[in-house]
Amino acid sequence: MPRKITIEPVTRVEGHGKVTIQMDDNNNVARSRLHIVEFRGFERFAQGRPYWEMPVLVQRLCGICPVSHHLAAAKAVDVIVGAGTGEGLTPTGEKMRRLMHHGQIFQSHALHFFHLVSPDLLFGADADPAIRNVIGVALEHKDLAVQGVMMRKFGQEIIRATAGKKIHGTGAIPGGINKHLTPEEKDEFLKGKDPLNIDKMIEWSLGALDFFKGYHAKNAEMLDNFAVFPSNHLSLVRKDGAMDLYHGVLRAVDSEGKKILNDVDYQDYLKYIGEEVKTWSYMKFPYLLSIGKKDGWYTVGPLARLNTADFIPTPLAQKEFENYKAYTKGKPNHMSMHMHYARLIELLHAAEVMKELLNDPDLMKGELVTKGPKAKEGVGLIEAPRGTLFHHYRIDDEDKIVMANLIVSTTNNNEPMNRAVNYVANKVFNGKKEISEGMMNRVEMAIRAYDPCLSCATHALGQMPLEITMVDSSGNVLGKKTR
Amino acid sequence: MSKPVVATASLAGCFGCHMSFLDIDDRILQLIELVEFNKSPVDDIKKFTKMCDIGIIEGGCCNSENVENLREFRKHCKILISLGECAIMGGLPAMRNGIPVRECLEEAYLNGPTVDDNIIPNDDELPMILDKVYPCHEIVKIDYFLPGCPPRADLIWEALVALVTGKELTLPYEAFKFD
Ligand code: SF4
Repeated sequence: MPRKITIEPVTRVEGHGKVTIQMDDNNNVARSRLHIVEFRGFERFAQGRPYWEMPVLVQRLCGICPVSHHLAAAKAVDVIVGAGTGEGLTPTGEKMRRLMHHGQIFQSHALHFFHLVSPDLLFGADADPAIRNVIGVALEHKDLAVQGVMMRKFGQEIIRATAGKKIHGTGAIPGGINKHLTPEEKDEFLKGKDPLNIDKMIEWSLGALDFFKGYHAKNAEMLDNFAVFPSNHLSLVRKDGAMDLYHGVLRAVDSEGKKILNDVDYQDYLKYIGEEVKTWSYMKFPYLLSIGKKDGWYTVGPLARLNTADFIPTPLAQKEFENYKAYTKGKPNHMSMHMHYARLIELLHAAEVMKELLNDPDLMKGELVTKGPKAKEGVGLIEAPRGTLFHHYRIDDEDKIVMANLIVSTTNNNEPMNRAVNYVANKVFNGKKEISEGMMNRVEMAIRAYDPCLSCATHALGQMPLEITMVDSSGNVLGKKTR
Repeated sequence: MSKPVVATASLAGCFGCHMSFLDIDDRILQLIELVEFNKSPVDDIKKFTKMCDIGIIEGGCCNSENVENLREFRKHCKILISLGECAIMGGLPAMRNGIPVRECLEEAYLNGPTVDDNIIPNDDELPMILDKVYPCHEIVKIDYFLPGCPPRADLIWEALVALVTGKELTLPYEAFKFD
């Protein structure tokens, strides 16, 4: 008899989502869906607000990576105040923002790996959920937990020094930044007492990579075959093809690595990107207009960025990048669990970039803000920890917002996450009559690889009860399992 | 004596309050000596498995699921705390109060410059959106309020330690932030 399985909520992912799996008469998966169930309405209530509020307002859609929204909005507003796109700012303005952003990438990637993913790796997908969490890690692998906590703290302190506050800061303002870094702050970050200094952070990032590579050596079979499917990939890259998480041109490659979006100016994103709406989720489905709704979907985030970029412009991360690329013989990597590998290479890159910036005297002196001829419209893009983030605003003569359009990182990953769920559901649910804890957690692991920040995807984290309901074709509940 | 049990939830919030909680940094290691966690997004416990002493709520209520979840928390927690502006006053999500929900949906799914499907999501799996966003104390009784957007980590830490150890909490004037 056909039945329906619901995994709700999806935990250890930031957001309000649930999964339904519809089974057919032979106990095979007929259909699976990841539903995003919250709706905020930001596009409408932003209207009528003054444009300069956007950088402080929009970050409150997501407290996990508020800096990304803060900066994407600020970049859009830069265009409106005539400060140009990225290159237009003063060296101090641009570099302070870059430092803030890499602090954010660092803390977010550390949080993701140590708090959300390490429990699955350390305890295994079938472990008791009462231990399989960050508290379990803290109790049983204290050293690792301490590293995670301190790396996150370091990133948060960088954010505080550049944005004014660890969460929901105010540092980026239209056309620049509102403060310098003080020499005391700089010295603290560069030479502070262990472990809170940049050299320790680089050492620990390398350590995290070794941990993952060691794990991979023993578990390659699982990591290489868990949710693998061909995809297009999209990200910003620097004009010369280098990885750049703060600014660049928009590039997409297909599953074979051929460029399908050739380093275009993102101010024109409307020419290239559309979004499909489906009845069963509040999250839209973005796609490349040139390919169309059916096949134009793409992946964003760490895996995508390592697939689009030609190289990484910092030496230690570049070395890791070369090994990483060699594993797939230079072709795009489609293994969902390698997202964690890619994320750790970026963690290392972010630490290297922070070190470079902290040694730059421009942070401590120089003009903070630029302005130019006013424009009525601006688009701001940034590579948030989870992928490309789009902000687009139009204003009227009174400086009020008349149109706001956001395509957030997790939305860009909507289709790939649905594919990953489907892949795993087919592998672990097909032919099964009983549903185990481990089966449910595997579905969540697939979603978790994408590190979805569902809270900003709904322009809405969280934890809801895990509930499985089996439903037959006429809607009768056959059984229910909760934990 | 067994440890006090703490549960947390994020309703219509941005998770920033939970992140600020994590900003207590290494004190988290002390905290897990002091208390036991039950249902919370920080661990993987999805259903209440026992009666809890302290429930911490982030975010207000924007849909039927938030309301159910909040009522569950009231039922299972002796003390309930509203953490942050969204839980206390609705916060940013409440900026839609005063605008018909229909208009918000239309702007997001029909009028946006990147959409052309003429569909507004309306599946049975999607919970009902409420007419406006409600602060938690309008739905259930709330015992304590910790202000801020997000409340600073030190405030969350001090308040929890005070509750757990029974010592009195003195709040400095600067802690009353609503930014
Ligand atoms: S109070 Fe602020 S930090 Fe907390 S959930 Fe609301 S917006 Fe986020």
